[in-house]
Amino acid sequence: MSLRWFADWLDTHAWSTALHESLYMYPYIETTHVLALTLFVGTLAIVDLRMLGFAYRTTPISTISQSVLPWTVVGFVIMFVTGLLLFYAIPVRTYHSVWFRIKVIMIVLAAINATHYHYRISKNRILWDNAPRPPRSVRMTAAASLFLWVVVIFSGRMIAYNWFDCDRPQPDWVITLAGCVIDEVASL
Amino acid sequence: MTLLEVFQSLEEMWIGEAIRTSYWLFPFIEAIHLVGLALLGGTVLVVDLRLLGLALRSRAASQVLLNARPYFVLAVVTMFATGIPLALSEMIKLYYNFSWWVKITALPLAILFTFFVRNPIVLRERASNPSLAVLGLVSIVLWFTVAGAGRWIGFS
Repeated sequence: MSLRWFADWLDTHAWSTALHESLYMYPYIETTHVLALTLFVGTLAIVDLRMLGFAYRTTPISTISQSVLPWTVVGFVIMFVTGLLLFYAIPVRTYHSVWFRIKVIMIVLAAINATHYHYRISKNRILWDNAPRPPRSVRMTAAASLFLWVVVIFSGRMIAYNWFDCDRPQPDWVITLAGCVIDEVASL
Repeated sequence: MTLLEVFQSLEEMWIGEAIRTSYWLFPFIEAIHLVGLALLGGTVLVVDLRLLGLALRSRAASQVLLNARPYFVLAVVTMFATGIPLALSEMIKLYYNFSWWVKITALPLAILFTFFVRNPIVLRERASNPSLAVLGLVSIVLWFTVAGAGRWIGFS
């Protein structure tokens, strides 16, 4: 049982087709999605750079988080809503996109990393809140955050390219990763 | 030599040729360009939001700027190092692309404004001055014009 039925169902929506084929709406949403990177990953990078001890070393980590992270959240909400709309416009192809799958996995890993920091590592923040260079565990979680979001940006950008699409001849490993439906591949 | 001919000879340079003939070079450079955009946006926004009184109000604006500046410069360098090769691979398309002309006009304005207007004023200012908010607003408008027009190159 795959989630393909859900993508197929979205694909039957008239609004999905209308959005995909719209002259301006799709580009506007896509542009908003890309510009929100500045607010989301950009401000998150500021917090991560502080946690790595690379910037704002004389400012407590809590000051940076409390003041900057709300903007990161605003950026994330914009990215998530526009991202859902972009998926809604092209559901079946995106569902089978290897790059989209990598992107989703990376976002899940980034969420686990953020949760781990929030509920475990930051428990004793009082001990290193003012430290110019926080403990290794804190720096590791910041480095992981930066790495994961860079991979998300990379894989997200690659969704636009059709190298691994199911409607072209593909090696077996791509067919497996993309979850291409064999009957559809055979009918090509 | 007309401007179009200049663009044509730029496109014919080996670097543009190499990117055009490669399967993955353009997307790869483009992705780095986007990572650079994120860092550029973050380092611009943190200062501008401070000037607007919307972030880090307990810190001096000059301190916020000084800490962000090295990474802002890194981001600008990344954008040029990736943006120039991308442009060289499609100079003739860009010549006829209105969005690109908007971007290439706003870009020097944004850079000049940041390095010669906003930064010097912020660094000279001792106490927080509410009128600095104007600097933050102009900076955001200029940089988002560059970024928005940049994204629109691919649509028009």
